Amino acid sequence: MNWQKIVVPIAAVVVLMLAWEWLVWFNDWPNYKMASPSDLWPAFVRFQDLFWLYGWQTLWRTVAGLAVAVVFGTFLGMVMGLSKVMNEALYPLLVGFNAIPKATVVPVVALMFVGQHDFNTILIAFLISFFPIAVSVSIGLSTLEPEYRDILRSLGASRFTVFWKIALPKTLPEFFGALKVAVTLAFIGTNLVEIITPHGRGLGHLFQSAQTNSDFPLMFAVLIALAALGIFLYYIVVALEKIFAGWAERPAH
Amino acid sequence: MNLIEIKGVTHAYKTKAGPFPVLKNLNISIPEGSFCAVVGPSGCGKSTLTRLIAGLMFPDQGEVWLHGERVTSARKTVGMAFQNPVLLEWRTILQNVMLPLEIVAPMMPRRQKEERARELLAMVGLEGFEGQRPSQLSGGMRQRASLCRALVHKPDVIILDEPFGALDAFTREDLWQTMHEMRAKEPFTALLITHDLRESVYLGDQVVVLSGRPATTQYVMEIPGGGPRPLEILYEPESVERLAILRHQIQIAQGREAA
Ligand SMILES: Nc1ncnc2c1ncn2[C@@H]1O[C@H](COP(=O)(O)OP(=O)(O)O)[C@@H](O)[C@H]1O
Ligand SMILES: [Mg+2]
Repeated sequence: MNWQKIVVPIAAVVVLMLAWEWLVWFNDWPNYKMASPSDLWPAFVRFQDLFWLYGWQTLWRTVAGLAVAVVFGTFLGMVMGLSKVMNEALYPLLVGFNAIPKATVVPVVALMFVGQHDFNTILIAFLISFFPIAVSVSIGLSTLEPEYRDILRSLGASRFTVFWKIALPKTLPEFFGALKVAVTLAFIGTNLVEIITPHGRGLGHLFQSAQTNSDFPLMFAVLIALAALGIFLYYIVVALEKIFAGWAERPAH
Repeated sequence: MNLIEIKGVTHAYKTKAGPFPVLKNLNISIPEGSFCAVVGPSGCGKSTLTRLIAGLMFPDQGEVWLHGERVTSARKTVGMAFQNPVLLEWRTILQNVMLPLEIVAPMMPRRQKEERARELLAMVGLEGFEGQRPSQLSGGMRQRASLCRALVHKPDVIILDEPFGALDAFTREDLWQTMHEMRAKEPFTALLITHDLRESVYLGDQVVVLSGRPATTQYVMEIPGGGPRPLEILYEPESVERLAILRHQIQIAQGREAA
């Protein structure tokens, strides 16, 4: 059963690569139109050191931005979920903020904090990704049936105890659902900054310089590396979800 | 001595449209160890009454007394069960039943908490289901677990707000009997809100009929006997007569609501 979970996805990737290779060969596309997988490997090998270095930069910035988004988003969600007034006050603001395309925020932030590349990148990753977390936590908390609260409150439990023992765990499945969205968003945020302001380096910069040098295989190689990083981050969230909210998965009958 | 004493309780919810009167000069006395069933038109204020007794809310006027003390804050000495069993899906049945002990007696050794919870689960026929998740149990079994949770910390009083309301007729009758068995093994004082007159007559030592909103004590019926009784008792002439009286009282109560 378990080997199937590993072998099947790998087989799918291999099939995709072969199809891609065949497609490029069959149409006889030049490299500047579409690189083929066999061109990617040399690109990876040649820029191996840069891939590791920049990949790491992109990864830690994304994770840092996401971490800030989790802390801030959870806090905001708590405030909005536990206080009706705060919810009414903050919700429209939040929606409005979320509606601003983040690509327009990047130059603004870059101007405000000139040269602070790590900070800027983390900031954008955070700004782009906290919204789903805040919304899911606030909805999870505000839709808590009053009976759950009453059971503990009637025993003299504090608000904090009710939150800790009931509201928080009950919100975890929604939280992880949102985190899966947030992790992808944060990743987009990081790359956005790295591409728009390339001095900060990261995989986005590698992409940018590949483009400048018309190194098409390298551009494709960066895309593949980004995909791999994205998958890696996503499945870490899935693993955490299994550990902390696995109970929400109803066993199949 | 009466364990619960509700004296002239009047309460209104504060809404945007102004005060919304729900209870008006309500009086109920429940002796220690006795089972009080409360019936009344829907929306008349029954759940509000339970929240006042549990100390989750306080009346505008009048007093609620529990065990010789005026209720001015939430008490550790009540247990509650609702129509929705509100079990926590991330806990096993055993852990769910232990929950009140974690609040009321945090210092109690875990083994002792577990023993107590197991004892109650066995009493309601849930032996062997301790490790299951709530979603793996039937509605009736979940409600049994919820009753165990209400009783686990040996509260002075358990407050039951239509706990059998969502169950099918047969399961409900099973649970009525379980209720009697539990009382025989471990006496407790109870206030049961119900929509079912048969339930009130079968389980109650006293049935209180509330009027339509704002609810006041409209009628009180004492039911002699006490203790476990066979279900057949409901078909005996005395019970039939009681049911007829109560039905008549409910109709009056509903009339008042319409007016
Ligand atoms: N927090 C509240 N604020 C305003 N009105 C409420 C509130 N809770 C209940 N009510 C209203 O008070 C009335 C009595 O409610 P409740 O005690 O739940 O009735 P019952 O349990 O008898 O059906 C209902 O009309 C209900 O809509
Ligand atoms: Mg009710």
